[in-house]
Amino acid sequence: MKKIVGILLAAGGAIALGGIAFHRHEPINALWIVTAAVCIYALGYRFYAAWVAARVLSVDPSRATPAERYDNGRDFVPTHRWIAFGHHFAAIAGPGPLVGPTLAAQFGYLPGTLWILVGAVLGGCVQDMTILLLSTRRDGRSLGQMARDELGPFGGFAALIGTLLIMILLIAVLGLVVVNAMKHSPWSTATIFATVPVAMLVGVHLRRLRPGRILEASVLGVALVLLAVLAGGWVDTRPLLRGVFDWSSLPLAGFVIGYGWIAAILPVWLLLAPRDYLSTFLKLGTVALLAVAIVLLHPQIKMPALTSFVDGHGPLFGGKIFPFVFITIACGAVSGFHALISSGTTPKLIASEADVRLIGYGSMMLESFVAIMAMIAATLLDPGVFFAINSGAGVVGGAPAAAVHTISGWGFPVTVQQMQTLAQEMGETTLFARTGGAPSLAVGMASIFGNTFGRGLLSVWYHFAIMFEAVFILSTLDAGTRVGRFMLQDLLGHLYAPLGRTSWYPSVLFSSTLVVAGWGYFLYVGVIDPNGGVNILWPLFGIANQMLAAIALSVATGILVKSGKARYAAVTLLPLAWLAIVTTAAAWQKIMSADPRIGLLAAARSLATHLAAGTLPAQAAAAAPQLIFNQRLDAWLTGIFTAVLWLVILDMGRVCARKLRGLPVSAPSEAPYQAARLQPLTLSGRLSQEGGT
Amino acid sequence: MTVRNVHSLIGQAAAATVGWLRAVSGDDAYERYLIHHARSHEGPPMSRRAFYEEREERKWSGVSRCC
Repeated sequence: MKKIVGILLAAGGAIALGGIAFHRHEPINALWIVTAAVCIYALGYRFYAAWVAARVLSVDPSRATPAERYDNGRDFVPTHRWIAFGHHFAAIAGPGPLVGPTLAAQFGYLPGTLWILVGAVLGGCVQDMTILLLSTRRDGRSLGQMARDELGPFGGFAALIGTLLIMILLIAVLGLVVVNAMKHSPWSTATIFATVPVAMLVGVHLRRLRPGRILEASVLGVALVLLAVLAGGWVDTRPLLRGVFDWSSLPLAGFVIGYGWIAAILPVWLLLAPRDYLSTFLKLGTVALLAVAIVLLHPQIKMPALTSFVDGHGPLFGGKIFPFVFITIACGAVSGFHALISSGTTPKLIASEADVRLIGYGSMMLESFVAIMAMIAATLLDPGVFFAINSGAGVVGGAPAAAVHTISGWGFPVTVQQMQTLAQEMGETTLFARTGGAPSLAVGMASIFGNTFGRGLLSVWYHFAIMFEAVFILSTLDAGTRVGRFMLQDLLGHLYAPLGRTSWYPSVLFSSTLVVAGWGYFLYVGVIDPNGGVNILWPLFGIANQMLAAIALSVATGILVKSGKARYAAVTLLPLAWLAIVTTAAAWQKIMSADPRIGLLAAARSLATHLAAGTLPAQAAAAAPQLIFNQRLDAWLTGIFTAVLWLVILDMGRVCARKLRGLPVSAPSEAPYQAARLQPLTLSGRLSQEGGT
Repeated sequence: MTVRNVHSLIGQAAAATVGWLRAVSGDDAYERYLIHHARSHEGPPMSRRAFYEEREERKWSGVSRCC
């Protein structure tokens, strides 16, 4: 029976992939992509994940998990696998898989889609499941602690520094995405601003009025933010109010930075926690709605399979398909960040080791599917429209006529009239040069939702999608700033002990300000960059995220070899090798390339030459010194990431070589075996088992 | 399959979805804590508000959200 299902899945996947292959020179239907994805996930889960769990990880359901051994009813709680799956998915799913595929769509739909599928099934899902099991075996220790225990102090330090830097870059680039979505859009700005008091209202409800009634508070909050979308539309019709919410990107960046700082120093219950509840509900609801709408509508993909931009002169970001598609799509294929959730938080919920396949591998499959849906939403747009929305004014020209001329010249016809009609339908004044991915994703989602559920509401759907992305992003911004603060306090505590006390208010203020200043700086430079800023920041974030994945896979490989499983080490070693290759190749090009569209130092040199020759317009000349400094700084950061990556890999190699040559290595940190005595949980858990007695 | 069966199936599915949402959001965390506490007999349990506040503080002291 299992064999028959497997054969059917393989046949289905082959037919769907064949469908994609044979339609290369004509538009294909999104349903082919969805079918191919579902079949590949099912095969990966049914065969590869099962084999890795049984043979490589030796998952043992008879072994008691930390949740069972330390069950305290608070953080260590044995949880039904589907509930733990929900917790884990809600924690790993962020705006990353929405933005990355949108940017990578400049290469065509095929490269990104293949990397999302192959990268997830062989890399990302394996990483998440492996780290989840290894941490479960080690009392739920964090990735940094495992790196320290199993490799040495350097590995632990590298994981800490890597995480802190990623956090800062991630928040900066996400802040930039929100700023670009709000730029001169009173409707979006009013709606996004309104989500702040709504979140606070939910916070007060949960803390003061009805403590802990999260479901009712979230339903109330979601209803209010939906109302805020409609209210934003009303604001848009009032000339006076329009003026109040019509801002250019620099003041908006100031608002976002100020918001981030205030959110970091306010108590979590007031803003951070309630915003996260809203974001979780919107996330689960929108992902489900989008999946249903894509299947019902099954739109045609209008983007070609491959565009001429694979040669490196793409308008969204410079760089050839190799290695840049692999670092542009990090979340959705392999995301190092997930290793931080898979170690520490989720292991404390695992009721049985047998559940790690569903929770670790399965959640990442769903995240990868979100990335596939983002790819579909980006590529169902007319390519001309897609490039007009996503190309910075510095690349295609500031005036609409110049932009459509450049883009049509690439072979993607688009007219000013077409863009105006589209902007009008979406309730915006213009959609030109709305870089960052959020507006084009929102246009894609609005056309999916609008064509499925009623076309009259296009502008409402567009602003719903913008609000959804913004709530998501601002919730990552709050949480990321807070985590960054804790890490910084941990580091600063070594210099001056009181700074390490997480509840000492001067230290809270000081370290929060430092973290906000860190990402605020990159956000500011991104805003003044005439090319949109995302083209520099996103690749940097991608390199950092893949570096963290490589650290996680190094820890996993080291542990496999140390525990006598060297013959299976390829399971983590191959994705590690691939990530090391693409990250190093991308970092090399970002630093050394002579093309100013790719190389950071070349860009700084070229800008300096133009500045000295006096050929820059006044506004660009004013921003140039900061851009030059920033490009050099980014080149240094890229170099540091690569150095840290290779030092961790060498450290792992050293530990493995010692083990293989029979030399002593540090003792394994696995908790001793204890037999599981937990009864299988029902979905309602203890509530139904014992609630009635 | 009768109409009544269909109704009861829909009812069960809706109840399971709400139960899942309550568990995933943490809405029923306090009830689960009380059941755990009743078995362990460690003095009086925390109040609902104290439990909620402690849970929020703990949840946001580490990496709990991702990119």
